[in-house]
Amino acid sequence: MLEDKDRIFTNLYGYQGWDIDSAMKRGDWDGTRELLARGPDAIIQEIKDSGLRGRGGAGFPTGMKWSFMPKESKDGRPSYLVINADESEPGTCKDREIIRHDPQKLVEGALIAGFAMRAKAAYIYIRGEFVREAERLNAAVAQAYAKGFLGKNACGSGYDFDVYVHRGAGAYICGEETALIESLEGKKGQPRLKPPFPAGAGLYGCPTTVNNVESIAVTPTILRRGASWFSSFGRPNNAGTKLFCISGHVNKPCTVEESMSISFRELIEKHCGGIRGGWDNLLAVIPGGSSVPALRAEQIIDAPMDFDGLRELRSGLGTAAVIVMDKSTDIVKAIARLSYFYKHESCGQCTPCREGTGWMWRMMERMVKGDAELEDIDMLQQVTTQVEGHTICALGDAAAWPIQGLIRNFRPVLEERIASAKAAKRIAAE
Amino acid sequence: MGFERQPDFGTPEVVAPHDVTLSIDGRPVTVPAGTSVMRAAAVAGGAIPRLCATDSLNAFGSCRLCLVEVEGMRGTPASCTTPVAEGMVVHTQTPRLQKLRRGVMELYISDHPLDCLTCGANNDCELQDMAAAVGLRDVRYGYQGANHLDGASDSSNPYFDFDPAKCIVCARCVRACDEVQGTLALTVTGRGFQSVVSAGQADDDFLSSECVSCGACVQACPTASLQEKSVRAIGKPERSVITTCAYCGVGCTFRAEMRGEQLVRMVPWKDGKANRGHSCVKGRFAWGYAHHQDRVTTPMIRESIDQPWRPVSWDEALGFTAARLRAIRATHGPRALGGITSSRCTNEETFLVQKLVRAGFGSNNVDTCARVCHSPTGYGLKTTFGTSAGTQDFDSVMAADVIMVIGANPTDAHPVFASRLKRRLRQGARLIVIDPRRIDLVRSPRVEAAHHLALRPGTNVAVLTAMAHVVVTEGLGDAAFVSARCDADSHEDWARFVADTRHSPEALEAVTGVPAATVRAAARLYATGGNAAIYYGLGVTEHSQGSSTVMAIANLAMATGNIGRPGVGVNPLRGQNNVQGSCDMGSFPHELSGYRHVADAATRALFERDWGVSLDPEPGLRIPNMLDAALDGSFRAIYIQGEDILQSDPDSRHVAAGLAAMELVIVHDLFLNETATYAHVFLPGSTFLEKDGTFTNAERRIQRVRKVMTPASGMADWEVTQALANALGLGWRYTHPGEIMDEIARLTPSFAGVSYARLEQAGSLQWPVNDAAPEGSPIMHVEGFVRGRGQFVVTDYVPTDEKTGPRFPLLLTTGRILSQYNVGAQTRRTANTVWHQEDVLEIHPADAENRGVRSGDWVRLASRKGETTLRALVTDRVAPGVVYTTFHHPETQANVVTTDYSDWATNCPEYKVTAVQVTPSNGPSDWQRQQAALAERSRRVLAVDAAG
Repeated sequence: MLEDKDRIFTNLYGYQGWDIDSAMKRGDWDGTRELLARGPDAIIQEIKDSGLRGRGGAGFPTGMKWSFMPKESKDGRPSYLVINADESEPGTCKDREIIRHDPQKLVEGALIAGFAMRAKAAYIYIRGEFVREAERLNAAVAQAYAKGFLGKNACGSGYDFDVYVHRGAGAYICGEETALIESLEGKKGQPRLKPPFPAGAGLYGCPTTVNNVESIAVTPTILRRGASWFSSFGRPNNAGTKLFCISGHVNKPCTVEESMSISFRELIEKHCGGIRGGWDNLLAVIPGGSSVPALRAEQIIDAPMDFDGLRELRSGLGTAAVIVMDKSTDIVKAIARLSYFYKHESCGQCTPCREGTGWMWRMMERMVKGDAELEDIDMLQQVTTQVEGHTICALGDAAAWPIQGLIRNFRPVLEERIASAKAAKRIAAE
Repeated sequence: MGFERQPDFGTPEVVAPHDVTLSIDGRPVTVPAGTSVMRAAAVAGGAIPRLCATDSLNAFGSCRLCLVEVEGMRGTPASCTTPVAEGMVVHTQTPRLQKLRRGVMELYISDHPLDCLTCGANNDCELQDMAAAVGLRDVRYGYQGANHLDGASDSSNPYFDFDPAKCIVCARCVRACDEVQGTLALTVTGRGFQSVVSAGQADDDFLSSECVSCGACVQACPTASLQEKSVRAIGKPERSVITTCAYCGVGCTFRAEMRGEQLVRMVPWKDGKANRGHSCVKGRFAWGYAHHQDRVTTPMIRESIDQPWRPVSWDEALGFTAARLRAIRATHGPRALGGITSSRCTNEETFLVQKLVRAGFGSNNVDTCARVCHSPTGYGLKTTFGTSAGTQDFDSVMAADVIMVIGANPTDAHPVFASRLKRRLRQGARLIVIDPRRIDLVRSPRVEAAHHLALRPGTNVAVLTAMAHVVVTEGLGDAAFVSARCDADSHEDWARFVADTRHSPEALEAVTGVPAATVRAAARLYATGGNAAIYYGLGVTEHSQGSSTVMAIANLAMATGNIGRPGVGVNPLRGQNNVQGSCDMGSFPHELSGYRHVADAATRALFERDWGVSLDPEPGLRIPNMLDAALDGSFRAIYIQGEDILQSDPDSRHVAAGLAAMELVIVHDLFLNETATYAHVFLPGSTFLEKDGTFTNAERRIQRVRKVMTPASGMADWEVTQALANALGLGWRYTHPGEIMDEIARLTPSFAGVSYARLEQAGSLQWPVNDAAPEGSPIMHVEGFVRGRGQFVVTDYVPTDEKTGPRFPLLLTTGRILSQYNVGAQTRRTANTVWHQEDVLEIHPADAENRGVRSGDWVRLASRKGETTLRALVTDRVAPGVVYTTFHHPETQANVVTTDYSDWATNCPEYKVTAVQVTPSNGPSDWQRQQAALAERSRRVLAVDAAG
């Protein structure tokens, strides 16, 4: 279990003040100027060495992502850092906690990361529903400006850097990085075609890196405590500490910072007071936010909660939003509800997703009632493969995976449902 | 040509310095680097299935039908968005892809009405084609799921319907509106399954939205969701003919798609070099006049204008006309006869009319409507550069960095060019607008002028001289260009003149009303912003200093070195389809074809030898002089082909009086126009659909007009002129317009290399086409100016005599609107009237308030010349002190108020400046009522008797 001394987010629960003076007492903005003085290349190298992988879901190495940004502008275009605070993946509530209670971690991280990638400014795109959080974030940014930490000659470093907060309007798709950029530019949030990738032509056509809130917020601490400290947590290639958001049928749902690769059992026992009704009552777990496939209890109980461990189970760490379901759950209905969500949030740009998410949801609704043929399970599976990997962005995948997980791990439930519906129909007919 | 869709390569053509070779389905293909895999496959002849891609639009990647497999690449990339790479190995037909594509088609078809047999797009539908291409046999999902089949059709547009049930949300229409037309009127509203194409705001339909009805969306639609009403009514076309539009000077190439003798639709031709596959509402849709009931198809004559018309045979009409012409010539001499050529007719027809006047009538009394539009362009550019024409092709605008639009409103008057211009602006070029009105280009979606110089009407020269002052005094000119290419003495004189402090922006601010800082900023941008191109219109020429303004523009371009390469130049936006051609063909009283003066004995000798007659060495009368001479009795007969001078020329009362004084007025037209009220002979004309010939557009591009249907009157216009010539005993024997072009080429050095065979082969040619430039001349003055060294001309600002005062405190300026064309003879006889039923007077809220005028009120518009009434539109598009109207409708008689002031060099009328007063009114003026009654009386036609 992670010791308190190794926690990055020391005010995750808001027991202390969120304001900049309280944050500075906790160590934020301490020697930032010296951190910057190490120079962009050294900062990027430190982050690379720390093994930090993106906390938004895909787990791409953060340091490497930064290194894709141009070292100098050949055509006069500035570079931008965009911070994705559009936390919308069902089950996920980690960035929200950072912004509520420890916003200076994010603001300081924005400066350091922006400096490292030679960005002119950072845009923080915050989810529209986070009304109070946006107010707090704005206040935090204003406080940092007031202290001279941002703006001209930020922290006395000689580097000019601005941070802007932009509120979204409530669309899940705007958490996709290119749709987020479109939305930030004032357009309808729809993903862009890649190439060009944002590092080449992103916000306003300029080189852009989009990072998750948590990825940015942990960087100042990594620089202060060193890459080797950070990488000492978790298994190789799965380094660091991580915010887990545990919801559902546990005794004490919570968001908690833990070491990567902690086992599911330990995570739940230590922080959540166990499964409601005991471990025998565990049915299924969605370990990384609504888009990753659900796993059966026996698959996950002793699995390490990290990128590679969950991928081996054909699921994923995603945003580390752990959704726990006990045996009172109708797993088919639960997944059908997710299908409805993805149907509702499809942007409609490309055909397989626009038409396919609707079909998948309608099929799922029939599966809930068992109003289907056994062959329909295979057909549903086929539709998901039709959509998965064949759309412009990953929303198609996100819509397909929960259903694939259901079919892969809970096929007997589907078959039983169909059989009993048929039996009921037969009885009714007689 | 039979009926086949034009080949579509899926994504736009790419120009790149080097080529890339790849393998597609085992075949090697070489294409420019940056080309999409989809286009490469299409070039190689193997089309990849697709629905959201078309080569007029950027790749969108949404239909996911065009997925391919690329060796060494993960997954199945979309071929439309994947660029080719050297050595790439692509497979477009594999079992995996087949399955994926079929799956996508199943999704489409599960949400599409299966009424193919009764659908307007049956057999002309890309969705149908794709279903066949991917081998769709059944739809596993059934048809019972949620769908969009009950979406209500939008029939509000007069020319096309939108049926959302057939929409596959490929967004081609939306992207066509954005990328091709640049109006951004369409969008996809809603998201996910609720995504629907929508015009304008939530409550809008197509008609009430900002849609300009250019039809790009209709052309882009792969299904019947957006389709011409005419296709629904008539059926699928069965043949097509490539021809040239007969509206404005852009000269769009169209495919006229026919069913028998019936025109089904006009589709812009992608290979047309002027329009590159785009069109506007007029060219694409407004051809209904060709079949309008008002069309007169029988010759008619009458002894005097108070009699009703008498329909007669061609022989009788021509005999009557010839006899009268002979009699007048015998009594009053050849100079009592004259003619007006038409900028709406072909080069060949225009050439024949001036030949008839010069060789048949025996005078040089020939003029054309360019007199009232671009004659100052001819004079000004000939003086400075040496050629009476614009310097660039339209493609050049795509290389411009700074675009200066002066006295032109391209989005209304030259919409297809405006779309190119806006595309360039969206790519980052900067815009300067010099116009008294806030035209759409000043600020519209994704377009904003860097500077808008909202000058007082009539002060063009002052503004341009002030700009030149900034260029010279701040040292922003291109001294190397000037010393290498221009006449040094004239430059020195000019530079000294403009550098005088009385020409500084500050000194002229009080005259022009433009803040000095704006003039300075605009001048700096023009001189130093990279390739700077000037596009101008009638707001430059139709002034008492029209020619001076043209020369001031030329001075500015030369001083800054913006001549002789792509992206720069001085470009008049010519109003009519063939106004460039009619000028080229010798329609002016002082010039033979190719702008050679009639006084030049060698040129005259060339024509005299070829025509076998002797020619008058004295220049003839211009239109206003003909009218004046008619009133004093020395000018007595006129042959007017395809022009309505009573409505289009200034000071209508004077025009009417001149016409009434003549003994013989021959009107050769499609309709009994306003001028025909005073005519004795009416010869039925033919539309551009009914004849062969050529038009020359604003970029000097000679393009073929091809006959798609039989002339309604039995004769094309060139045949009528020939018949009249032969009735006068001239013995012409042209059997095809191609022979007339051969004569033009023989007699005109700049056309020496033009023939119908060459045009067939090249598609179109930009004159000069001769031994020096066998392939034509897209850009002029590349090596040096045509006249040798560029000539600077001192342009002193002289205020017009037309001045405001207590009685007439406002300045009226006139212009055009998108949906109507000039005097409206054609467009008023189409459904375009839904957009513009009458001319309205734009007036600033402050001026309206002072007069108690509200939008929609009748107002009396009075000048020193006359008065008329029309409805007011209160808008801040015009500045205080300025009012604006159009002259499309004869009921308005807007030209009753315009004056006979004109350009000092060319007599081009000063339409753009008239001092007026505006007062509330109860209805039409006496003149309007009289004229309407007269026109009605004059249009009486006797019943045709059985003997005919």
